[in-house]
Amino acid sequence: MALLEIANVTRRFGDFTAVNDVSISIEAGEFFTLLGPSGCGKTTLLRMIAGFDVPDDGRIIVDGQDMTGIPPEARNIHTVFQSYALFPHMNVEANIAFPLRMAKADPARISRRVEEALEDVRLTGMNKRYPNELSGGQKQRVAVARALINRPKLLLLDEPLAALDAKLKESVQLELIGLQKEIGVTFVYVTHDQGEALALSHRIAVMNHGRVEQIDEPSKIYGFPKNRFVADFIGQCNLLEGEIKVCQGERMTVHLDGIGEVSALNVEGDQPGLRGVLALRPEKVAIGRDLPDEPDLNRFAGKVYDFLYLGDVTVYIVELAGGMRIEALLPNSAAGRTKFFEAGDDVQVSWRYDAGHFLND
Amino acid sequence: MSAPRNRLHKWLISGPPLAYLLVFFAIPVLIMVAASFRNPGEFGGLAPLFYEDEAGAHLDLTGQNYGRFFSDFLYTQLFIKSFAYAAITTLVCLVIAYPLSMLIARSPKKHRDLLVLLVILPFWSNFLIRVYAWMIILGPQSAFVRALNAFIGFFGFEPVSLLFTPFAVIVGLVYVHLPFMVLPLYANLEKHDPALLDAAQDLGANAWQRFWRVTFPLSLPGVYAGAALVFIPALGIFAIPDILGGTGGIMIGNVIKQQFLDTRDWPFGSVLSIVLTVMAVILAALAAWVGRRSRV
Repeated sequence: MALLEIANVTRRFGDFTAVNDVSISIEAGEFFTLLGPSGCGKTTLLRMIAGFDVPDDGRIIVDGQDMTGIPPEARNIHTVFQSYALFPHMNVEANIAFPLRMAKADPARISRRVEEALEDVRLTGMNKRYPNELSGGQKQRVAVARALINRPKLLLLDEPLAALDAKLKESVQLELIGLQKEIGVTFVYVTHDQGEALALSHRIAVMNHGRVEQIDEPSKIYGFPKNRFVADFIGQCNLLEGEIKVCQGERMTVHLDGIGEVSALNVEGDQPGLRGVLALRPEKVAIGRDLPDEPDLNRFAGKVYDFLYLGDVTVYIVELAGGMRIEALLPNSAAGRTKFFEAGDDVQVSWRYDAGHFLND
Repeated sequence: MSAPRNRLHKWLISGPPLAYLLVFFAIPVLIMVAASFRNPGEFGGLAPLFYEDEAGAHLDLTGQNYGRFFSDFLYTQLFIKSFAYAAITTLVCLVIAYPLSMLIARSPKKHRDLLVLLVILPFWSNFLIRVYAWMIILGPQSAFVRALNAFIGFFGFEPVSLLFTPFAVIVGLVYVHLPFMVLPLYANLEKHDPALLDAAQDLGANAWQRFWRVTFPLSLPGVYAGAALVFIPALGIFAIPDILGGTGGIMIGNVIKQQFLDTRDWPFGSVLSIVLTVMAVILAALAAWVGRRSRV
């Protein structure tokens, strides 16, 4: 039995359906992420798990117990809020001890647990500081320590890194992963940042318009997106419209609009006549002045239309003969060069037949 | 901007309020202090500052007025009674205003301004008229008092009269001062981050604990501000006890008014005023000190 069972949950606000028939089951010890653009229903779903909102339909079951009718204060589930929501009139110690005080724990146990928690989040000696004397990263760690102090079954995190700067984010991400591994509490993490989701999670549920589009491991979500939305939302992706022409063994021929015929991987369900998009990650597209012509490769000539220099890599936007544009990514790893092509250069792009996925509409 | 111009701007901005405070506060207080050491005039007011005898002109100053205040326990008693009235008024205002302010602060944003307007609506009619209205409401012929007496009479109690009692004074004081408690409390409660209450609930606090551990401590600056705005004016007020209190309900403000307007003993009236002012300043300082200590 899964630790958290979200069964056919629907939540409507007037005419707007925020969460639409969502079913997810999360195992104990998992780091699970709800990922999606703002307004996709991920925060509403999180609030229903915490008990601040009630499903119109469906049930939420934690550890075999139906949560219907149980208020947030009676659920053994804690939340790390986006704003951290530290109590400004209490010092670090009092903030962290709050859940134990509410549970009327024995004072000796409270002070012992607070010390342990401070150690866990590397804030030893900060007991008497007030929230307004802490940095953003420290506040975040106090919020996490406070939410974990009485060992909840489930820790919900609502975009807890959104307020941190990019450099700090990375180190906090590593800390969160370490902490989760160490204490073994199940994390349900909400974010709109796909990079965060890929880096942190064991599994990700990609949400859009209140529905779950795909639930999978990060590498599957990125490498094998199920549909156009997931392919587009996670990372960069060339989405090339086309129609299947011929299926033969493990390969098929697809006619891409404005580009021409390419060969692609034939998977179950693909059949001639189907329309859809070929999802092709920029890093799978090779770019060069003179690329080899092999049977496994689809090769086209074009001109560099523009490029985005990102430091470690450069993304080239190549305009093909028919006017369509394809993004190709090239690492800037070769010695002595900072970039390889200029806008207007004649180049070729190519990709293996199995580099992309045909997603039918 | 150059330094001299900067200084000019400062004076232009702070000059008018400073002048106002000087003319309408500092100078009157100094006049009152001076008056408290002088003798009353034969027909009221103040005796001449100099008197003449065989030895020449003398400055006519005396400490007797203070002696009179400290030797007659009656005045101290009146102070204590006024303090008790003001303290009860403050407490009752707090008890009524807190839920009201919370209700306004937590109602939808578009309704809040209207609700605040309703709180200050009584200010639009004259203060004395409103107090006289209470005289009618609490008077023996009012529907309210007759209904009350019929009700308690049913259980065998003697009819009560409410007007000209300490109860009537407290009712008047609370009624008049309530908005001064509601406004600072509302201003404070309205700023509370609702996420804090969500967090408290999420971490296991029930409704009562959320109030005592989060809302109330965070609202203390508003409570102190409201208490000061109610207590200090209530302490010195004379119109309400005059109208609603009868002979037994007088407060220190009534005695000060009597000294100036009826007995025409300005020096002693000044002494009472100074004692009242000093008390109020000490209390305000104490409240500010307590407020700062409990701050985060």
